[in-house]
Amino acid sequence: MKNWTLKGLAAGKVTTKWPASGENDGQDKVLGFPTFHPQDCRPACRECILKCPTRAFSTKTGVNDEESVALDYGRCINCQICVASCPTTALQSSSNLTFASKSRQDLVVDEGVNSRENDELRSRVSSIFKGSLHVRHVDAGSCNGCESELQALCNPFYNLHRLGIFFTPSPRFADVLLVTGPVVPQMKGPLLRTYEAMPRPRFVIAGGTCPISGAPFDMGYSGGSGLEIHLPVDISIPGCPPTPAAFIHGLLLLTDRINQRLHGGGYEQ
Amino acid sequence: MGTLVKAQVAASQLLNEARSLLEEGCRFQMAYLRYMGPVPEIVYLVDRGPNLEFLELTVRAETELPSLSDLVPLLSWYEREIMDLSDIIFTGNPEPFPLVLLEGMALTSLPFDPTSKEILQLFGDTTPPQLPEVLATQVQDLFWGPVRGDVLETGEFHFAYIGEEILHYTPRLFYKHRGIEQDLQQQDPESGVILAERVSGVGTICHGLAYCLAVEDALRLDVPRRAQLLRVILAEMERIYNNLHFFSMLSKTTTLKVGEAFGALLEERAKQINAQLTGHRFLRNALAVGGLRRDLNVDILPTMLSNLQRDAIDYLDSLSVTQSYLDRLIGTGTLSADVAFDFGATGPVAHGSGIKRDLRVHHPYSMYERLSLEIPVRTGGDALARSQVRGEALISAFDLIRQATELLEPEEIAAASPTSQPELADGLGWTEGPRGSCFYAVRIRNGLLERVKIKSASFSNWKVFPLTVHSSNMMDYAINEASFGLTIAGADR
Repeated sequence: MKNWTLKGLAAGKVTTKWPASGENDGQDKVLGFPTFHPQDCRPACRECILKCPTRAFSTKTGVNDEESVALDYGRCINCQICVASCPTTALQSSSNLTFASKSRQDLVVDEGVNSRENDELRSRVSSIFKGSLHVRHVDAGSCNGCESELQALCNPFYNLHRLGIFFTPSPRFADVLLVTGPVVPQMKGPLLRTYEAMPRPRFVIAGGTCPISGAPFDMGYSGGSGLEIHLPVDISIPGCPPTPAAFIHGLLLLTDRINQRLHGGGYEQ
Repeated sequence: MGTLVKAQVAASQLLNEARSLLEEGCRFQMAYLRYMGPVPEIVYLVDRGPNLEFLELTVRAETELPSLSDLVPLLSWYEREIMDLSDIIFTGNPEPFPLVLLEGMALTSLPFDPTSKEILQLFGDTTPPQLPEVLATQVQDLFWGPVRGDVLETGEFHFAYIGEEILHYTPRLFYKHRGIEQDLQQQDPESGVILAERVSGVGTICHGLAYCLAVEDALRLDVPRRAQLLRVILAEMERIYNNLHFFSMLSKTTTLKVGEAFGALLEERAKQINAQLTGHRFLRNALAVGGLRRDLNVDILPTMLSNLQRDAIDYLDSLSVTQSYLDRLIGTGTLSADVAFDFGATGPVAHGSGIKRDLRVHHPYSMYERLSLEIPVRTGGDALARSQVRGEALISAFDLIRQATELLEPEEIAAASPTSQPELADGLGWTEGPRGSCFYAVRIRNGLLERVKIKSASFSNWKVFPLTVHSSNMMDYAINEASFGLTIAGADR
């Protein structure tokens, strides 16, 4: 008979100190969102627009009628195809992953909107949950990648409970609804019923690129176009899937325990 | 050698043909709807035996076709899916209820019909399902889901039970149906890999690779040896982290908390190694049609993997001497070899019931034929047997990575582009993933995907699973489910 208690004690502490201190967020060598500097684009080059499988790039017309390229991280699935297709250095791979944002606009490069302000009342309400936050997860059609990473949050390395954040079995005692998947037609009803069952105040997190924009499943008879048309979204965490560290960053951002790093599509190192 | 031999059969001869195939020892793998111009046809994929080409048996679909489910029970779900997504009826199907499109939902037109001009949409709201009537007194009904406790995939489960005993159990999946097969239509075959990798997150390689193999088969591409071996390494890395997850979940359901934590930590380490190897914790964005998108830095693997292997063996050894854990597995969810075979069990579920079938050995792909591999088999058919074959598969994955690494030589990692493209080309690709067999059948017309059929391992094993739940007890349900190691995303597509 194995003595698991002794075995566990002998293994010692394995939990990362991140984000309180240290750099060990478990993301070493993970390729993150590409960095994009449209000023380095070749004139009239449309390679990224043609190659991107999720239509994350688009053209926009500036004040002098000149066209430039915009990138929406809310449609980006970190597939790195654009980086490989870019003939200049405008698009480069990066290790930047913690892209959680309070505003959908902040996910767009070159949108010209820098929405640092947010609803002060909501912010005051959400900081009440700094010490303890209860999360109800709903899978609205995900590939199980996001679930796998959310389950990883409870492993000894990330140990989400140390941050006072818990998953609840029922929406009745949840503060946050964390949605994964593009919201496919057959999940719309169960999702809205879960939200209705939550006590107020309640918050909504779009966890992953799917619930932000539906990409790459925003087509066909049974795709979805994301959460925003169904529910008010407080935090968007892009990624395919977001790494556990990106999920933690988003959950802490909701209660203002950590700073947003992405503003108007630009990432603070 | 090709992958497919083709045969046509008339609807009136279908039952006889199926009977004689079964007598020859063939096993049906899947069935799907495909259009040849405006004409619908049903395609049956049949495994004729080790190292033989698969048989593609097509029958011109009429409004009514005889159901093969009585002869070949594993075909029942395929028939139901076809009935949901077309106006074809399989007469005699024993469970003619909606499967993929849930009760309360409706389509504006038919997904695969090229003659349909309507805008295709799925609309409605899900309503309670049709369930078999249970004739007994004091039966209680329990609906669990679609939103369940913890962080779990969406699925709804109905239990009809008295006290502790479950009389009848019905899983209701497909809430998450994304219509991916139709999404892939009219896509360029090279970019389809992005979606194939996202059919099942924890099955990125088994789906992505089966897709690539199918397209390469259709376009007659020769993948360089180095790329084939690196693909083996990716596939076995996937087997490692999935099986570590399996043991963590099995420990969780047997309330072995420290064992759960150990398994989860080992899985985390495996995912971090995945990231070191490919830049992605689920090994995404490495596969490409014709090979790989970039070469992989395998030099980091020997040290990292030997440490992980040592700790994984120590973990499995500890579990194997934990009486409280073993007691909950022995005799739980027993599946006989006959039922496993008839209802389509695959992978560790089949291996635990004494069925020695593994595509890596019997229909080798991607140079598995050059590697030495023992298929783990147990005859108990219970949760213990399923966990034991998983444990052996986990350890053998480390060994396969070592073997593949030794054979690596500096070489290109992408096939040359095909010089000419045929107007119409069919291809079949398959992989043996951590949960069993995954098939992709593709038809490419004028350089674009015309039809892609996806068969995931869990689609097969979910069909079998309920048979081990009827007449078992509620206390053991979670353990039994964990011992099947099912996912829903791949099955729902």
